[in-house]
Order: sequence, then C-alpha cells, then structure tokens
Amino acid sequence: MDESRPDPDQLLEELKRDEEKEQRGRLKIFFGASAGVGKTYAMLLAAQAQRAQGVDVAVGVIETHGRGETAALLAGLEALPPKRIDYRGKQLVEFDLDGALVRKPALILVDELAHSNVPGSRHPKRWQDVEELLASGIDVYTTLNVQHLESLNDVVGKITGVRVAETLPDRVFDRADDVALVDLTPDELLRRFGEGKVYMPQQAQRALKHFFRKGNLIALRELALRRTADRVNADMREYRADQAIQGAWQTKERLLVCVGPDPGAANLVRGASRLAAKLDADWLAVYVETPRLERLPQARREQILKTLRLAQGLGAEAVTLAGTDLAATVLDYARVRNVSRLVVGKSTLTGLARLWRPALAERLAERARDVDIHIVAGELDERGREGAPPVENTMPVLGTAGRRIRWRHYLYAVAVSAATTALTAALLRFFDLANVVMLYLLGVVLVAVFFGRGPAVLASLLSVAAFDFFFVEPQLSFTVNDTQYVFTFALMLAVALLTSNLTANLRYQARVATRREQRTGALYALGKELAAALTGAQIVEISSRHLQAVFQARVALLLPDGQDRVRQPDPAADAPAVDASIAQWVYDHQQAAGLGTHTLSASPVHYLPLRAPMRTRGVLAIAPRDPGQLAVPEQSRLLDTFAAQIALALERVHYVEVARDALVSMESERLRNSLLSAISHDLRTPLAALVGLADTLLGEREPDPKTRRELTHAIHEEALRMSGLMSNLLDLARLQAGGVRLNRQWQMLEEVIGGALRAMRNLLASHRIELRLARDLPLVNFDAVLIERALCNLLENATKYTPPGTLIEIAVESRDKEIWLSVQDNGPGLPAGLEDKIFGKFIRGEKESAKPGVGLGLALCCAIAAVHNGRIWAENRPRGGARFTLALPLGEPPALPEPDDPAPPHTGPVS
Amino acid sequence: MSESTPTIVVIEDDKHIRRFLRAALEAEAMTVHEAETGQRGLIDVATRKPDLLILDLGLPDMDGVEVISAVRGWSDIPIIVLSARTQEAEKVGALDAGADDYLAKPFGVAELLARIRAHLRRTLASSQAEGYEFRFGEVKVELVERRVSRAGVPVHLTPIEYRLLATLIRSAGKVLTHRQLLKDVWGPAHVESSHYLRIYMAHLRQKLEEDPAQPHHILTEIGVGYRLVQ
Repeated sequence: MDESRPDPDQLLEELKRDEEKEQRGRLKIFFGASAGVGKTYAMLLAAQAQRAQGVDVAVGVIETHGRGETAALLAGLEALPPKRIDYRGKQLVEFDLDGALVRKPALILVDELAHSNVPGSRHPKRWQDVEELLASGIDVYTTLNVQHLESLNDVVGKITGVRVAETLPDRVFDRADDVALVDLTPDELLRRFGEGKVYMPQQAQRALKHFFRKGNLIALRELALRRTADRVNADMREYRADQAIQGAWQTKERLLVCVGPDPGAANLVRGASRLAAKLDADWLAVYVETPRLERLPQARREQILKTLRLAQGLGAEAVTLAGTDLAATVLDYARVRNVSRLVVGKSTLTGLARLWRPALAERLAERARDVDIHIVAGELDERGREGAPPVENTMPVLGTAGRRIRWRHYLYAVAVSAATTALTAALLRFFDLANVVMLYLLGVVLVAVFFGRGPAVLASLLSVAAFDFFFVEPQLSFTVNDTQYVFTFALMLAVALLTSNLTANLRYQARVATRREQRTGALYALGKELAAALTGAQIVEISSRHLQAVFQARVALLLPDGQDRVRQPDPAADAPAVDASIAQWVYDHQQAAGLGTHTLSASPVHYLPLRAPMRTRGVLAIAPRDPGQLAVPEQSRLLDTFAAQIALALERVHYVEVARDALVSMESERLRNSLLSAISHDLRTPLAALVGLADTLLGEREPDPKTRRELTHAIHEEALRMSGLMSNLLDLARLQAGGVRLNRQWQMLEEVIGGALRAMRNLLASHRIELRLARDLPLVNFDAVLIERALCNLLENATKYTPPGTLIEIAVESRDKEIWLSVQDNGPGLPAGLEDKIFGKFIRGEKESAKPGVGLGLALCCAIAAVHNGRIWAENRPRGGARFTLALPLGEPPALPEPDDPAPPHTGPVS
Repeated sequence: MSESTPTIVVIEDDKHIRRFLRAALEAEAMTVHEAETGQRGLIDVATRKPDLLILDLGLPDMDGVEVISAVRGWSDIPIIVLSARTQEAEKVGALDAGADDYLAKPFGVAELLARIRAHLRRTLASSQAEGYEFRFGEVKVELVERRVSRAGVPVHLTPIEYRLLATLIRSAGKVLTHRQLLKDVWGPAHVESSHYLRIYMAHLRQKLEEDPAQPHHILTEIGVGYRLVQ
C-alpha cells in the first residue's frame, strides 16, 4: 500500500472546507497583547490599502478612543450608521447587523471582536454578528486582545490580577482566515501609555495602571506571540497535509474531558482545551449523570451545564451521558468515540474518604489499558473557593422540582418519632427495652421510604434523642447513667442513618428509573405513531400532541413552503406566539434560537430546527410552562431526539410524496406517449387526405363536375371523421382528468336511444336497426349526454366492423340491480381473446387496418361506464356476431308525480 | 321585413365560418350582414332590423349570453346560437336567456338552412293571426276546442299532457329547455323536477308518435330540452 496516498476522507473534508471557505467571507483578526498596541490603526491602514485597490470597504464599528492619528485614517471610508437601542430608559448605540447585511459591502471593519452586545440585540456577542456577516459572504476585519481568548482567560487573570468578562471562544480565533499580530515592545507601549496615547476610561484608571506594569506586559506579549505561533504551526500542519508531505503525521488525537460538579471543572475544561489545541485534537467534554449527581442541588447542576457550555464555546463537543458507574460509562463512551486521551481532574478528597471512594482517575486507570489518562490539578479559581458559585439563573429545573424540600415531610418524621415513642412506652410493659428499640429503626425505615432522606435523618436523630430522654435512666433527662448506652446510641444512630440512606437511595433510583422509562416510553410512543403517519399534517398533529404531553408545553411546528419560507400549517388555538422571523432565522441557519440559547434568548419560545439527513425539514417552536426544563440535559436530549424523529418522519413523508409523484408522472408519461403516437397517426391520415383532395380541386386542370363532387364529398367525410375523433379525444381527456361534473338526472334510456339514433342516422343508413325495449323500463340516474356518447360510439363501432346490410339490435332490459343496454350485431364477431383488451386505450380489433379511428371510442365508453359506477363488456354471441353491453346501476328513483287524470288510458313507463 | 329576401345578421369571430355562412345564405337569396364582435353585432341588429340573428357564443369582446339578453331587451327576432358540442350548460344558458335554437359545431349547411327556414316560417305564422289548428304528422290539434286526434282517431290527453303539448305547439320549431317547460306547465316551484317532464313526455310520445323510441316530431335535445317539429 502506498504510504503517501492521501486519506480520501481527509481529502473530502478538505474539499468541503475549501468550498465553505469560498462561500464564506474571510475573517482577518488584528491580534495584540494588550490595549494600545495599535490594532485599530493597523486595521485601518490595511483597509485603506484595500480601498485603494478598489475594494468596497465599509466601517461597521470603529473605536478611535479619541486618538487623532487613528481618526485621520477613517477619512474616505464609508461609515455605516449605528443602531440605537433603548435599554432601561437609556439610548445605547450598537453595531447595526441588519443594516450591514443589507448594505453588503465586500469588506467591513468591526472593531473589538470580544465585545458584548447591548441586551436586546440579536446576538449577545459581537463575534456572533461577525459569524453572520461571514456566512453571508462579507469579508471582515476585526481586532482582538489576547486576554479575551476564552482558553487564556484564566491564565491572563492569574498573571495580571484583572479578569475580563468579555471572552471569545477559541474556535472563532482558530477558524479566522488570517491573524495579523500587532506587536509592540513593552517599553514602547509603556512610553505611549505615559504619553497618554493609550485610551483609559476614567473609572478604570487605577485598575489599568495596575495592569500596565512591565511584568504583565511581557507576559501578555509572550502569550500573544505564543498563541500566534501555535496558529502558524497549525497552518503549517495544514499546509503539509495539503501538500501530502509525509512526516510525523499520525492519526488524529481525540481528547475526552470528564466534567463533574467540582468547582474546578471550568479550569479543567480550559486546561483540556489548551491541551487539545496543542495536540491539534478534537475534544469532547463529557458529563456523566449518575444517580448521585442527579441529586445535587440545582445550583450545582446549573454550574455543570454552564461548564458544558463553556466547553462547547471552546470548541468541544459536549456530551451528557447517563449511567450508574461513572468510570465504566466514560470508558465505554471513550472506546466508542475512539478517544486516545482522557483528561480528569485531581480528586479533592483526602485521607479516609479516598479509601472509601477512590478518585475517578484511579478507577479509570484500573480499567483503561488502551487510553492515556491526564490528571489536571483541580485547583480552584476564586469563584470556586467561595464555594458554590453564584447562580445567575434561579429557574427551577425539572427533576429538582419534585425534590423541593417539603416541610410537611419533616413534620411527619416528627410525628412518626412521637408515635413510635408512645408505642414503645406502651409495649415496654410486655417487652424488654432492648427489643423495643427495634421499633425506632422500623419507624426510621418507614420515614425513609415515604418521605426521603432528609426526614429520615431527622427521624434517626429524634429517635435516639427520644430513646435517651424517655427510656434510658434517668428518665426524662438526656443524661445517661450507664455508659453502655452511649454505645447503643452510637450504634442506633449509625444503623438508622445507614438504613435511611440506603432506603432513600433505592427509592430515588426507582424514581429515576421510572422517569427514564417514561422518557423511553414517550419516545417509543411517538416513534410508533410517526411511523404510521402518511402526511405532513398528520405528523404535525402527532408531534404536537406528544410534545405537549411530555414537556407540558405549548407547541407549534413550522414547515417550509415552496419558497423555503417556514409557515405554521394551521395554528392550533393553544399554539405559542411564534415569531416568524426567528423561526425563519432558525430554519435558514439550522441553529436553535430563542429561550435557552445564545440567540435571542429573551424570547419565551424555544426554536429548534428539524434537521433530517438531507436537509432541514422545518422548525419546532416549543414554549414550556417551566422554562427551566430545557436546561436539564436529559430533557433537552429528549427534545433533540423528538426533533430528530419528527424531522426523519417529515423527510420520509417527503420522499414518499416524491416517489408517488414520480410514479404518477411516469405513468402519465407512458400514456401520453402512446396517445401521441396514436393521434399523430390517426390525425395525420385524414389530414393528408384532406390536403390531397383540396389540392386536386385547386389543381391546374379543372376536374369535371362529377369528380369535383366526389372530391368535395370525400373532404366532407374526412373532416367529419376528424371531428368525431376530436370529440372522443376531448371527452376521454376530460373524463380521465377527473374534472367532469356529471349532470346526473333521473331519466329514460328510451330518450337517449332516440337521440343517438337521430345523431347517427347518416352512418346507420347502410345498416338495419332493430329496437328491443322492455316495457315499463324504470327511470335511471345518469348523465344523458355521456350515455348518448357511449351509445353513439357503440353504434359507430358496429357499423365500422360489420358489412353493410347487417342487422344491428339495440336492447334494454332490467337485470337484478342493473339496467343493461346492449348493442349487438350478426357480423363476424370479435377476434378470440380480444374481448377484454378491446377496451384498452388505442387498441383496435384489427391491427394496421385501413379503418379509421384510434380505438378511442371503446376506451371512452369504458370511462363513461366507470364514472357512472357501471361496467361495460364485450362478448361473441352464440350464433355469431358481437355484443357490447353497458350496465348501469339502478338506484332508488324519486317520487313520481301523482297522475293528473283519474283514468289515464295508458300507464306510462312507471317502475 | 321583406318576405322574399330575409335579412340575417351573423355575429361570429371566425373569418372562415363567416365566409361560408355568407356564401350559403346568399345562395338562398338572403341578405347577410357580418359582425366580428358582440358590440358591432348589437349595432347591426339595431340598425339593419334583421329577420334572424346567427350568434356565436364564443366572442372576443363579450359573452354571447349578454348579447342575447341585450337583443331580447327590444326585439324578439329568432336567434340561432352556434356553440361547441360539449358545452351543454352554455346552450341551456343561451336558450334560457331567450335564444330560439342552437347548432353544435361542426354543423352542416343543410341543417342550418333548414333551421333558418323553420324559424322564419314560425315568426311569419305567429305574426299572422293565431291559428286555431296545428298539425304534425298524423296528429291534428284543434286549439280552441282542445281536441287532439291521430289519423282521425280522437286521443285522450290528461290536462297536464295537453298543457305540455300546447306549450310545445306555441314554440314549435324552437328548442325549449327543461326549465322553460317545467315553469310553463307545472309552475315555477317545479323547475328542478325534470323527471316529471320526462315521464309526461314519454306519455305524449306513446300517444302521438308512431315509434316512441324513434320519435319524428317530439324530439329530445339530449342534455338541453325538447323541440316539436312539424
């Protein structure tokens, strides 16, 4: 095998990336170690150079900080007007993203990439605005300081003692097409600072003075240089891979970092991110939710979710797993995802506790033989040291809601203890004290079973206290004479606590299992119903119903129309107020938005794209009654799975429709072709005759009057035949298109027969006609015009295929629940085997015969019979000749008029 | 109105049809005025005072039925309508609006001329004093005495049958739609009960026609109505 052969997957990815790059705008970041190094200045210089080359440059946002030399560079550049946003009574100025998208310059300047937008903007962060600019194909120049990079945020914070709140995910930086380092030596920077050339807001002056120390500046410069060098390194690697330079290339590393509830988790994630960047590895941040972790207070759970989001921001794929054994779950997942390195935090437990519960790292090391394990010191940052982090969002989280402390349960615990004490006092007359003690344990277990851990602990303590107070000498006092009892108390307390803990655990696990099963059940139920859905409307109905029930939410599904605009098919009464523009954005960008996301999070509705393998199939809008629900990993995972299932169902239905359309169009195509070939033959023949006959009449030699008359007669015949053909064709086309409104009335076949005979009198002149109508024929409900057409066609057929002079009989009789109208002759009859086929379109009894007509006549009869729910068939008569029978169903005729004459001489055809 | 050379207005947008109509009608010593549009045609009808109007229902500028209504506002000359074969509703609409007869395209010249003559005769007859006797085939109807006989043998008709026959005789040669007949004979409440009409028409044919299944005088215009021809 050729070692230097490039990996096809890699090539594909390369191609895909290039393609994406081509459509996207290019992002150039002017990167510096700190404020004041001249990033904006450098950016404006570059922009002026571009403008000189004729590039359409516009200024989105520029902060000149009142520096004259920078402001001077703005000359000649078009500045886009900012957007004014009312925020809490104040008017704030913000970059106008929509204005920029409409203006669509080739290149736009947007200063300070890490800036946080004014609340109420579309995106909370400016870099998200920039992403959207890039996605719409606009090139962007921007600036960034090293301390704003998310992964370096804590390092810079430690070095300088100043932490910035505005951070930028590293992937934005890493995906930038160009990074230009704007470098200035610390001495030079300090000189400029001293000269007042560095911008300082008044209020932050002291902090900034602290910041601009030489030591800090050197460290920051090193960080900036190193980060840039890393990028150059990565570029080099990419280049080498591009050029198929074989070197130290190895399989791509994949890192997995285990995120826990420990306060140091954020630092752990940042460390993993740096490690991943150095190794140029993909990385996963995994949180395993064990029953123990599920019990954590909601603030801690919030913290975990925040850490996961941080990891996502740093470029990780965030995964939430569920399992009872942390180490086993992580390892299983690591193997599935082909992870080469695990990153875990150092255990914060010490001493005995570690013996009791070995650290994750140790447990992993015990089992993992094929994976490297990195242990990162779990040092706490300031936030960690303060204990639980302040919770910004105190939304109740589902799953914790059920665990809310119920003070009533504690009252029950007290009551149970009191009751036990009373019972013990009563039983003490009959039993020994040592035996009766067991009653307390029973009480504790019962409290644990019914009211959970907290009340059980309370009951344990109360039991021991009550036992001491009421039954141990001296009674009615907590003092103990016999020291033996101290041992009893200790044992009793230990047993009570242990059992209560175990019971509560069991109870909890049972509840978790039930909830899991409910989720699986809900998913299964949805899947089962969706599998049976045949139309988009059904899917919408089924999905809405299930989502409403499972998430206690109001739900709307928006589906795209022909122009790729998503619309709500028909809004239900309880549908949430859907913002069409957000839904459209979600559909276009295939990203979630609204509640619980980074985009327009102020909206009360969560919008989720319904992504199927081929394309996005719609948007799911869900407004849960409890907004915190969506933050819970298992709930959001469930929602994602629901969305995926719905999307798949929509895609399936879409392809079913496509397939059906294809089949229909194939069938009609086939029909059209046979029709066209038949018509072109049968129309051209009479036309050729007409043209020829007319030519002869117009010819140079005047034909004699007899010939002239014959020719004219022939023209007349041919033209009439074509007219008949056209009528049949049009009728058949109308009937088969299904657009015919039948004019059904209760009437007599007799009239129709009379009409048909009159219409065909010229053609029938050469044949003998006999009518055999039963007397007292009932009224039949039919469209007279169509039945007359059918009869005319049958008569024409009979004259066409029998020699002149043949007897043609028309018979009508009632049979059972039908009325039979037959046309029979005593001619040569039908060729054997053709009795059924004869009604197929464009089939004639005789192949390639000189007799005109495309066989449309019988096909039309067949169609007419069908629209009347009747039938038609052909057969040979026993004594020779053919018989065609049209059978129409007899219905219930309407009430007949009262005879107006007391004694009518004849009874009419009354059924 | 001149008896020898009837004047006929043709409103038809197709050049070739106009040409052969003119040729055929002029060969019968009729005076022909052609109009391409409904508007033009209405002016012609008003100014030329024709004896008969031939009207194509598919006109470029207005609906044929509108033309009929306009003409009927001030004239009761016979109107023969030309229409496509399949448009039964259109024919009925035109007849209900006041047209006298219709011909489905394509039609033969002989058929057209026969109809024109019949209608001219009818107007002539009605312009004279109301006849007291009407004959078709072997049937004689004495209108004043309300007596009907076939080949000299008296025929008993019920009151409704007689009313139906009288209505047909009043408009002999003209196509009467189901609605018109029902309204005249049974009254406006029964215009949808077309099966009444069919049953009584069958009675009439049984009593008056030689072969009721192949009538020669009480003709069925399938999907449209009935016509009595002499």
